[in-house]
Amino acid sequence: MAEVLVYVDHVDGAVRKPTLELLTLARRIGEPVAVALGAGAADTAAQLAEHGAVRVLTADAPEFAEYLVVPKVDALQAAHEAVSPAAVLVPSSAEGKEIAARLAVRIGSGIITDAVDLEAGDEGPVATQSVFAASFTTKSRVSKGTPVITVKPNSAAVEAAPAAGAVEALSVSFSEKATGTRIVSRTPRESTGRPELTEAAIVVSGGRGVNGAENFAVIEALADSLGAAVGASRAAVDAGWYPHTNQVGQTGKSVSPQLYIASGISGAIQHRAGMQTSKTIVAINKDAEAPIFELVDYGVVGDLFDVVPQLTEEVKTRKG
Amino acid sequence: MSLRIVVCVKYVPDATGDRHFADDLTVDRDDVDGLLSELDEYAVEQALQIAEDADDAEVTVLTVGPEDAKDALRKALSMGADKAVHVEDDDLHGTDALGTSLVLAKAIEKTGYDLVIAGMASTDGTMGVLPALLAERLGVPQVTLLSEVAVEDGKVTGRRDGDTASEQLEASLPAVVSVTDQSGEARYPSFKGIMAAKKKPVESLDLSDLDIEAEEVGLGGAWTAVDSATERPARTAGTIVKDEGEGGRQLAEFLASQKFI
Repeated sequence: MAEVLVYVDHVDGAVRKPTLELLTLARRIGEPVAVALGAGAADTAAQLAEHGAVRVLTADAPEFAEYLVVPKVDALQAAHEAVSPAAVLVPSSAEGKEIAARLAVRIGSGIITDAVDLEAGDEGPVATQSVFAASFTTKSRVSKGTPVITVKPNSAAVEAAPAAGAVEALSVSFSEKATGTRIVSRTPRESTGRPELTEAAIVVSGGRGVNGAENFAVIEALADSLGAAVGASRAAVDAGWYPHTNQVGQTGKSVSPQLYIASGISGAIQHRAGMQTSKTIVAINKDAEAPIFELVDYGVVGDLFDVVPQLTEEVKTRKG
Repeated sequence: MSLRIVVCVKYVPDATGDRHFADDLTVDRDDVDGLLSELDEYAVEQALQIAEDADDAEVTVLTVGPEDAKDALRKALSMGADKAVHVEDDDLHGTDALGTSLVLAKAIEKTGYDLVIAGMASTDGTMGVLPALLAERLGVPQVTLLSEVAVEDGKVTGRRDGDTASEQLEASLPAVVSVTDQSGEARYPSFKGIMAAKKKPVESLDLSDLDIEAEEVGLGGAWTAVDSATERPARTAGTIVKDEGEGGRQLAEFLASQKFI
């Protein structure tokens, strides 16, 4: 059976959820061979094996942390040469897409980004993408070389599928370009204790109607009662009420949770582009004419400062 | 010596319009108004600021696209760029990201550059891979997704805000930079700028000028193939209630019925 390379996104050995989802998709095409790089790479093996990795290729070197993107491209290229896979799958993070793109040029392959589903096909893997602010669904293939495909979070379920997960050292020789862009310093983001926005099963977002940074406490309280991530519309972020890392929309994160709750968000195209594929959509807005109500499964026309706290209380009561 | 900045821009269908695919599954550019991709305005802005801070600099805007794409170049020129290069060739129709990066890289090399600046992604394709592809093809450092950028003493520095950390980056010129919508609001063209733009040079290049064979690009030369494009069915109309004091509890009841609580 053909092997499929899966690039592992991990933090010091803890594998992030989108990579486990990738293993589910990889098993539809072939046998997953994971590539884990940097500090803690070998620690990923148990988690990857449990989800279907037959082999885990690891490499660690200071270059991975000290220079941007290219050392990882060098390593993934080495893995590609060693394995001759049927496809290369990479999580659709900002960095993941850059790594995948450069690899594609080097190995003379086509690239598809931001797939939301993947299945085996007669002419290679078929990727489903959601385009034009999620108003169209396309099915595409890579027609030249080894398909390089990046996949968005929440595109597949995480499945247990125990496999050998044998750890093998990947030999990487860095290219001259590897040290081109130096990472002078790195400031880790402060953890909010809430789930990662793109990975969360529930997202609670606030927009212009929240009307002030301090008022986001209302949104956060609802999010915490549901165990949700907090999002914000561009209007709220541009006003300085919430950090850009939480922005949902065309120029922010694209989310596809089980439940999306939009509070005080009108639903401009720029926002819809980032949340329209959510499974269930709920909105609270004063304006009955707001376009967000065209998308909802359930909508409440009303003041979010009345509705959201009442909802939060009710959720807490019901959860006991 | 003059600092040569090339800004890559894209002419895209208006995202607020009704965007569709043409029969050959390429983006329909005829039935929707086009414009300079909003995210590229940030790249033009940063290029102009870097040029203003340099003793001597020249900003060239570059695009690959059909005749109408000149509108995007005019907009950038009216913001203050010095000159424009338009790569236009019928054989380019249907070119994918890898092909476009090949054409842009050749055009950038022909133009001459110390710094290439691009937006974080286009508003139509939204892949966000072009800057990395250009860096790979040009063989220069990529300093991408910057919320802050500065050029000094032959070096580019900037801040890249990622999901888990914020990184301070540094590379020597020549380099490829991309900037996010957090890098600073783009200026509006002044009336004077709009008038001046009409007299600024726009160089037209075709594939033969760049020594690219037609087979390497276009729909036929693409590294990827779109098999189908289906309009997403409209979401079925949901329940909408007016809050009469029970809105929050009604919403909770709905969430419970859907097993979210």
